[in-house]
Amino acid sequence: MDADATLLARLRDGDEQAFTDLVGRYHSAMLRLALSFVSSQAVAEEVVQDTWLAVLRGLGRFEERSSLRTWLFTILVNRARSTGVREARTVPVADAGPVVDASRFGPNGAWAVPPEHWAQEAENRIDAVKLSALLRGGLDGLPVRQRDVVLLRDVEGMSSAEVCQVLAISEANQRVLLHRGRSKLRQVLESELGGGPR
Amino acid sequence: MSFLSGLLRFRSPAELPCQQVVEMVTDYLEGVMGTADRRRLEHHLDGCPHCTEYLAQMRETIRLAGRVTQEDLTPEMRAELTDLYRRWRTEG
Repeated sequence: MDADATLLARLRDGDEQAFTDLVGRYHSAMLRLALSFVSSQAVAEEVVQDTWLAVLRGLGRFEERSSLRTWLFTILVNRARSTGVREARTVPVADAGPVVDASRFGPNGAWAVPPEHWAQEAENRIDAVKLSALLRGGLDGLPVRQRDVVLLRDVEGMSSAEVCQVLAISEANQRVLLHRGRSKLRQVLESELGGGPR
Repeated sequence: MSFLSGLLRFRSPAELPCQQVVEMVTDYLEGVMGTADRRRLEHHLDGCPHCTEYLAQMRETIRLAGRVTQEDLTPEMRAELTDLYRRWRTEG
């Protein structure tokens, strides 16, 4: 049984600590995700609290056709989205253009300013706390839909199918958002570790 | 560039331009590329240390993103959620 399945069984047994553990595991990510649909921290917190209550109230009906995690994030996104709609909040359309600046390639499309070597050195060159802060800052700087996808895929470790279900987007759309978001995060690391135009 | 010269330019796998490779990386890592495109990309990677480094950087970015720690909950928020749980317990 995976960790979430164990938590689910404990929750159904009325174990308060199981709820605390679940909150500890997902609350921050849920808050971050909610923030990309609604206009303020206060509204996002309200949406996440409503979600927790809906999860508790829905426990008896939850049929485990999806994982606990997918289920709770889906409830969250539905609530955040409808709250965002009520607030008439619009999300900017995804940006277009290449993921690596065209100035880094020559006329034949080969690298003119190639990436410097750091792929195996990032953790030796930046300490863990700074690295985490750097990437969190990078995530916060992404356009919201890209951030949602990268957060769920790469930070939370969901599969593409799970992310598509939670965000109600197509596989192709998910992949485009993932591509753009990840590429920008790479650039954030590059700007710290070297390479590219200064 | 005419359409024909464009076609000729990309006729050989070795001629996949780096600029195009960086746009294919996610499809490659997601395993959704067709066999022909994947072979063409891998052929390019075999001969291009820069794109190999770029791909390695993307993999490293993904791995490091997976280690990003979320902010801890404030004690107030924890207390509020514990309250919420206890209120729910008395609902039924």
